[in-house]
Order: sequence, then structure tokens, then C-alpha cells
Amino acid sequence: MAFLEVHDIFKSFGKTEVLKGVDFSLEKGEVLVIIGSSGSGKTTLLRCLNFLEVPDRGSIVLNGETLLDSDSPKYSDKEKREKRLHFGLVFQQFNLFPQYTVLKNISLAPSLREFSGKKLSRADKKTELERINKHSMELLSKVGLAEKADSYPCQLSGGQQQRVAIARALAMSPDILCFDEPTSALDPELTGEVLKVIRGLKNSDRTMIVVTHEMDFARGVADKVIYMADGVIEEYGTPDEVFGAPKSEKTKAFLEKSNQNDSIA
Amino acid sequence: MSFLDVTKSLSEGFLVTLIIFGITLAASLPLGLVITFGSMSKILPIRWITKVFVWIIRGTPLMLQVILIFYGPGLLNLSIRFDRLPAVLIAFIINYACYFSEIYRGGIESIPKGQYEAGQVLGLTKTQIFFKVVLFQVIKRVVPPMGNEIITLVKDTSLARVIAVAELVKSAEEIISVKGIIWPLFYVGAFYLLFTAFVTFLLHLAEKKMSYYSA
Repeated sequence: MAFLEVHDIFKSFGKTEVLKGVDFSLEKGEVLVIIGSSGSGKTTLLRCLNFLEVPDRGSIVLNGETLLDSDSPKYSDKEKREKRLHFGLVFQQFNLFPQYTVLKNISLAPSLREFSGKKLSRADKKTELERINKHSMELLSKVGLAEKADSYPCQLSGGQQQRVAIARALAMSPDILCFDEPTSALDPELTGEVLKVIRGLKNSDRTMIVVTHEMDFARGVADKVIYMADGVIEEYGTPDEVFGAPKSEKTKAFLEKSNQNDSIA
Repeated sequence: MSFLDVTKSLSEGFLVTLIIFGITLAASLPLGLVITFGSMSKILPIRWITKVFVWIIRGTPLMLQVILIFYGPGLLNLSIRFDRLPAVLIAFIINYACYFSEIYRGGIESIPKGQYEAGQVLGLTKTQIFFKVVLFQVIKRVVPPMGNEIITLVKDTSLARVIAVAELVKSAEEIISVKGIIWPLFYVGAFYLLFTAFVTFLLHLAEKKMSYYSA
């Protein structure tokens, strides 16, 4: 059994069917890149994995644990929170908390989680907080922004904000880190620094699912590639298979068009 | 009547004005948030009852509400009665809470969905998301419109006069009608101007304090 098994995911918004039966699996340490045109359901799929949308049907099993199964009873909010933490998500728009410093953005969720519903002595609390802050600083160094710890998000460039967002997601130690078009909101000259961080994570064997329009990056970083069209997986394979020798006509057309756009740009 | 005597009686009126202002503000700020939750509730009946209530309170004069709360219970032969000042306070608190609730609602709805989603994917509870992520951003956004309402409240306190509460304007009125002099009216104006100037200054400080980030 694979590390992540996603089976038969369906999702509609009103009468619009966005996902029409999506199946895939992923091994630990692998990077899955999802490509496809706008409206193909890539983002919705990622949001289903992160419990931001509830699929109408389907199941998600991670490491043998069922995270979602449309046939089983609904989970309580608390169970849902536990289960969703297996996944982390980096948003297209970063969504940092503007009122907190960079460091606090990273440490907020771990500390709230650590202290909620627990009676800790002041000293214990202090040691815990120090540990969390230390870990947050390590993550910040990992994305190359240690010197920005005390800055506010509005003082950072888009690329720096996105790197902080990656550190923030890592702070919850997710089993699988998801990226929803992490560079689409960035100026072209800022995409490089974010993609570099993601490549760095791949080298440390982090399991990741990346939705992106950056084809060269996709080809370079992916272990598996999914091309989605109209709510289904149109093509699935290694980067060489999907980019080098696509079987489906739709995939070929999509890749040709992306290449044209790239060469125009 | 000497300037000092006038100052003394006006100060007594001003104290009543301050009480109305202070208690109304302290009670309506949190009550407004409760009403906001009602008007944004997912439970349809609660939402509708709240919305109709807010519509009635905002859609009728505050003066009418003051009169109704003071005279209403007696005219309806209810066992409950309010003294003058409590009647004013009840009407003011409810009225201002409704206005504040709409300002809060606007503030809450202006926070991007992504802030909630970021909190969700980080495993925060709904309560944590509201109090640790959203609330401060809401406060920052609502301070300017709240400032408007608070300055209006300074002047609305004079409506208490309608049920003979001896606030600032009523104190002045008593002096001018008995003594036949006009200048205390301008003096009262100066009281309000200084008061609003002070409130404006505090609001400015609050805005400045929260201007350390932009979003």
C-alpha cells in the first residue's frame, strides 16, 4: 500500500462538477506535481486533501490511516483538526497574518496547539515557548530569512512572504506539504527564490504535492506528474513520460501551448 | 450669575453627560459584538430576529426609544419601572450596540477568506482563529468608522434631556431661562468641543498604535 492513497474523489459546487473521480497514490519522499489549465480542478483537489473542501465522495488514506471516507460517519471538529494536520498547505496568496512578526507567524499555531487545554506552570510554559521559538528560527533559517524574524509581512517582498509561509507550514510538521500555485502571485523575478526553497525541500526527502504552471520547474522537481483536465486525471506518469512522450492528445495540446507561451515570454 | 457659578452648575451637568457617555460606550462595545454574531449566525431564525431588531433600532429615533423605555412600562401597567438615568442608559446601550454591530460586521466580512483558511490548515480552532487571527485585524479596520459613531455619541447624550435628565444641555437651559443670559449656551458648546477634541485625540492614538503594519 502506498503512503498516500486517494481514491475516487468527486466534488461539485452547485451544478458544476469540478472533480469527477480522481485516483492517485504517492510514495513517501516523492514529489507529485499537478499541472493543468485553469478550472481543471487542480486547486479543488488540493483543497480537498487539506479539508478546506469536503468531497462529495471518495476516500483519502495516509500511511494506513483513513483521513476521509465518504461512507463513514462525519468526524468531530477536533478529529478533523488532527487529521488535517497530516497535510500542510502553502497558498497562492501567502495568507500570512499581517499583525504578527515573521517569527510569530511561524510560532503562533505550534504554541496555541501546545498550550490549549493544558495547565502548565509558568516555567514550563517558558521552556516550551523557547523551544517553539528556537524551532521556528531554524525553519526561518532554512528558507534563508533568519534576519527577518522581527519584520512584519508587509515589510517583505512577495517572494520572502511566500518563503515565510513555507516555514509556517513546515512548523506543524506535516507528512505531506502541498503548494497551491506558490509562484503565481509573484513577479517573475521573485519566483526563483521560492522554487529554490521547494527544490531544497525535495532534497531533504519531503513528500510534497505541488500545483504549478512553471513547467520547467515541474519537470525538474517532480517524481510523478499528473495532468488534470475537466476534473479527471488525463495523464499520469514520471516527468519524462508526461513531458517527453505524452500519450493523450489533450496533454500534448496543453504542453505545446505552454511551450509557446514560454517562448513568447 | 458669575462665570464661576455657571461653571459649577455646568460641571454638574457635564458629569451626567460623562456618565451616559462612558457607561454607554463600555457596555455597547461588547454587546455590539454579540449582536454581530447574531446577525452572522448560520441559524436562520437567529439571524433574522437579529436583523429585524437591528433594523427597528436603527430605523427609529433614539429619542423615541428613550421615551418608550422611560414611559412605556408604566403605560403598559408593567411591574417593572426605570428611573430616568437607567432608562436613558438602556436605550443608549441598545441603540449604540446595534450601530456598532453593523460596523463590526463590515469589518469581519472585509477580512479575506485566506486568513481563516490559513488558520484552518494550521489546525487552529474556530475560536482561536477568531480571537488570535481575525479580531485584531477587524479592530484595526473598524477604528475609523467607530470613531465617527463615538463622536456622535458625545453629542447624542444631550437627548437624555427629553426625559429631564440633568445633563449638560439641560443644565445650561435652566440657567438661561432663569437668568435671561445667553452666553452659557456658547460655554456649553465649548464643553462639547473640548470633549470631542479629546475623544478625537484618543482615537488618533489608537489608529497610530495599530499602524505598525499595513494590510
